[in-house]
Amino acid sequence: MLTVRVIPCLDVAGGRVVKGTRFVGLVDEGDPPELAERYAREGADEIVFLDISAAPEGRATLRDIVERTARRAFVPLTVGGGVRTPSEMRDVLRAGADKVSLNTAAVADPDLVRRCARRFGSQAVVVAIDARRTAVAAGAPVAWEVVVKGGREATGLAAETWAERAVELGAGELLVTSIDRDGTQAGFDTALLQAIAGRVPVPVVASGGAAGPQDFVAAVIEGGASAVLAASIFHRRQHSIAAVKAAMGAAGIPVRPVPADAA
Amino acid sequence: MTRIAVVDYGAGNLVSIDQALRAAGADVVLARAEVDLDGADGLIVPGVGAARPAMDRLRRRGLVEPIRRWIAADRPFLGICLGMQLLFEGSDEDGARALGALPGRAVRLVAAPRLPHIGWNAVRRLRPHPLFAGVAPDAPFYFVHSYAALPAGPGAAELALAVTDHGPDFVSAVARGRLTGVQFHPERSGADGLRLLANYTSLARGVA
Repeated sequence: MLTVRVIPCLDVAGGRVVKGTRFVGLVDEGDPPELAERYAREGADEIVFLDISAAPEGRATLRDIVERTARRAFVPLTVGGGVRTPSEMRDVLRAGADKVSLNTAAVADPDLVRRCARRFGSQAVVVAIDARRTAVAAGAPVAWEVVVKGGREATGLAAETWAERAVELGAGELLVTSIDRDGTQAGFDTALLQAIAGRVPVPVVASGGAAGPQDFVAAVIEGGASAVLAASIFHRRQHSIAAVKAAMGAAGIPVRPVPADAA
Repeated sequence: MTRIAVVDYGAGNLVSIDQALRAAGADVVLARAEVDLDGADGLIVPGVGAARPAMDRLRRRGLVEPIRRWIAADRPFLGICLGMQLLFEGSDEDGARALGALPGRAVRLVAAPRLPHIGWNAVRRLRPHPLFAGVAPDAPFYFVHSYAALPAGPGAAELALAVTDHGPDFVSAVARGRLTGVQFHPERSGADGLRLLANYTSLARGVA
């Protein structure tokens, strides 16, 4: 049976892993390949690198990080940030990534998703959706809006609508981040996850807000997520991947056992 | 030293597979033309994505017939992911004709709960094979695909080496003589994946 993935996310800027609250207030958390290898050893099912600087010079740095990681950690690698064309995607794949995650560039140019999927296959194209709850009248159903540029710019696009469109265009996976919860450790927005996972046939990766192992369980059981991603709780060693997987396993969620020496 | 030629035809990254084979003590050649197969003990065709562009790229590099001859001579071969699917007659994904070394086609996993099938899943072996020496039964490997080979026709029943379920079972590894193929990515599958690639290197050397 397919296991549910636990994915540490490494936000990268200036060649270092950083983490902030709601995309601001960045704190240095280490060397990307070193941290990635540590997570692979500890049972990570995949590693995500997000280039949050997304500066042109950052792309070469990121390719170097991906290549150094692929030479020492034999787990799947997903890379996001700054890819705007299929040829930039090709460069990142050649450096050693399996999947590329498109975010702002896909909202600005939805056809980019189609072109990338046609060239590299849907399985290599992740569309990352950053969503924020919109103010609604009391008693009205909750709604989410897509935000871009690291949460700084609202688009007016409903998150579920964009999710369906991205999959039609060829996205093979959606990485759904609650901007309200990101970095807050208030738990995943399971209603958001459920609203999207219930509408698309592709895997949905939950992101934003993990505080403890039970949040991962909720993202899967209530949110319908196929994979769960977190950053700070792993970087700061608040919880181990083994502890998260143990809680998921105890809740009846299939997980890949962590290596014997990491448990 | 065992020399393994890894076909480089622009279908996916080769960094991990190159590194994994080197860790197993192999001398790795990235093969972009027929001449690169000279002196190789083993041949690996990796790859992700769709069958037709992959076959087109192999054809442009003049590699289709050399690969067919390699397989016909029962020399050590490993197809990974799309590289396994290309061993069959064709793919339903885009109607492409493939290498035709094995009977059957690549078909979409229509009864799967979600597609693509992305993640770690148990590879349940149907019979012993040196490719999996030292790997625990039902060990999980990393998959990322929506299509899988469906062996059909004369000789099909003996091909399957392992199956995996995503919805119904599909064939996740095949072997016939020294021809092998795996639907998962050993180069992304941690210690067990490294072991499988080391086993393949031993097979290519003729010692396993």
